[in-house]
Amino acid sequence: MASPASTSEKPKLAVWKFASCDGCQLSLLDCEDELLAVADAVEIAYFPEATRAEVEGPYDLSLVEGSITTPHDAERIHKIRRESKYLVAIGACATAGGIQALRNFKNVNEFVALVYAHPEYIETLKVSTPISYHVFVDFELQGCPINKYQLLELISALLNDRRPNIPPHSVCVECKRRGTVCVMVANGTPCLGPVTHAGCGAICPAYQRGCYGCYGPKEAPNTAALADEFLRLGQDHAAIARFFRTFTANAEAFRKESVAHEHEV
Amino acid sequence: MSTKSNGTHSKTIKVNYLARVEGEGALYVKVRDDAVEEVKLKIFEPPRFFESFLRGRDFTEAPDITARICGICPIAYQMGASHAMEDACGVTVNGGIRDLRHLIYCGEWLESHALHVFMLHAPDFLGYQGAVEMAQDHPDIVKRGLELKKVGNEVMALLGGREVHPINPRVGGFYRAPTRRELDGLAERLAWGRDAALETLQFTATLDFPDFEQDYEFVALRHPDEYAILDGRLVSNRGLDVPLDEFLDHIYEEHVEHSTSLHAAMKARGPYMVGPMARYNLNFEQLTPLSQEAAHDVGLGPTCLNPYKSIMVRTVEMIHACDVALDLIDRYERPDPSYIEVTPRAGVGYGCTEAPRGICWHRYSIDDNGIILDARIIPPTSQNQKVMEQDLWHFVEKFMDLPEDDLQWKCEQGIRNYDPCISCSCHFLDLHLDRA
Repeated sequence: MASPASTSEKPKLAVWKFASCDGCQLSLLDCEDELLAVADAVEIAYFPEATRAEVEGPYDLSLVEGSITTPHDAERIHKIRRESKYLVAIGACATAGGIQALRNFKNVNEFVALVYAHPEYIETLKVSTPISYHVFVDFELQGCPINKYQLLELISALLNDRRPNIPPHSVCVECKRRGTVCVMVANGTPCLGPVTHAGCGAICPAYQRGCYGCYGPKEAPNTAALADEFLRLGQDHAAIARFFRTFTANAEAFRKESVAHEHEV
Repeated sequence: MSTKSNGTHSKTIKVNYLARVEGEGALYVKVRDDAVEEVKLKIFEPPRFFESFLRGRDFTEAPDITARICGICPIAYQMGASHAMEDACGVTVNGGIRDLRHLIYCGEWLESHALHVFMLHAPDFLGYQGAVEMAQDHPDIVKRGLELKKVGNEVMALLGGREVHPINPRVGGFYRAPTRRELDGLAERLAWGRDAALETLQFTATLDFPDFEQDYEFVALRHPDEYAILDGRLVSNRGLDVPLDEFLDHIYEEHVEHSTSLHAAMKARGPYMVGPMARYNLNFEQLTPLSQEAAHDVGLGPTCLNPYKSIMVRTVEMIHACDVALDLIDRYERPDPSYIEVTPRAGVGYGCTEAPRGICWHRYSIDDNGIILDARIIPPTSQNQKVMEQDLWHFVEKFMDLPEDDLQWKCEQGIRNYDPCISCSCHFLDLHLDRA
């Protein structure tokens, strides 16, 4: 379908998908109370999960979900960057390569050994990489999935040319604020909260489990100190490697820590 | 998107990026000399290889990891994986914990069905590009839909900790069970939801449906005592009736060039359909009396063979989900402990639940330490691919003379009838490296 030019004066919002589960873009549709207001304030110019309508670029704000895993997608992201005033990576896939970045750690030979019915039909890259690996990104909103209220704050901030108010501290701060008793101190439950970026609202400890790091590393995390504590709590190196190597395995701080423990196994 | 005519007898319908579906797909139909020559539902979503990287993970991690296959139906993956691990370790979860699983699943059905009925499917019937456009002329309908979706999400958020990728479900049950008082707040919302779903059914009954009944093999879970969501045997209207561990004896999966999602079919009979239509046609008598009565009142009998009417069937299932959830809350007693301790042992386990889009089947082998050796997941949308293509084929054959834009739109709608979750469907291919 030919994309008509914009007829609206409103800022144009586009939502793009790469390798992902759709959960982060769903967060926008999950803003049940705010969605129609958002649609009032911006022109939803490209958002195929929600509408057949397409308006051609340039776009004022592009939200990009998913990681780059195919040669075609590695090209496509450049075109999107060229068409976007602001480009924001949303979610663990777009900011760290996502769970599918677990492939980055596998021995190449192991993969080649896996026989595929018709490998010639499939095009894929060796590694899953975040958007920032390919193009300049104006902001990264971490989380698997992202927090929908942070997404609204981000949209509102960027469309008003101000810096989004997304605190970079750890999940621990959110636990304190919520009044949750520390699960690691009180129960000896391993918890990634001290090294994990805030934003989820410290849900896991409130449900009596340790944080599993789905928001990725916070600013300057001391992962080695936390890993030592996990050892004291009785976790072995293989388990510690898995802790740091799940939803944001490719994020630098977590990657290094998991590799360090893998070598101890 | 385009529909091209080459002379009077040939045309090509092409949609390069299907909208209002979850994930990346396209469709292609070729007609020559007034006969359909080729139909392809192309799925180009990049595969993410979950089955490969589940190997070597701890069995307790499977619910959290597989949830990431799909942001729209994470509970389906968490429940299927949990059940399979419990099966492998010889544990059965019943009573209050099972009730909580049933309840959170009702929340997911409500959230997912409301999203589809109002935001992805209804705009097709009323001629809008999307729900936001539709809201300008029908604000009350769209607002009701958003509110219904929100009720489902509130169930997910309370029981699961959050709407997308809940953190509370685990192998053996839940990390924390909600209190009676916490659930009371939900009951009021679900009672509103049930009324809203009833009104919605009246609305969907006023829509125009093409005359298009098809002959399907339906496959769904069947449970002796309830409209199956969590467990049961796999049954069909053509004689399938097997436990979960025999499913693979009856189906095959094939890798076709135009899809990164494997196509499934019955070995003996070919394509089959899973999802709301399959459940409805196979298990109608087990819907709550109110849901059956509501269906009856709008002229929807126990059999529905028109896939375009799946919007009504989903709405009946929303009524059912609210009804069941209210009953579960009504007789809720907080389980203590909130989970059963599951000790790993070497073995193979199976789990299958009714995701909003149909059966989602899991099989894992684990070792004595609970490390996953092998994983296999068959998600609903990959099973529906062949039926979707078959529908397109028959639809274009029958309605070839529709104006071209209209025909193309109806074809897209024909895919959306299945609420395909493409992201789900294609994460199960083993990896082939691009060695270039």
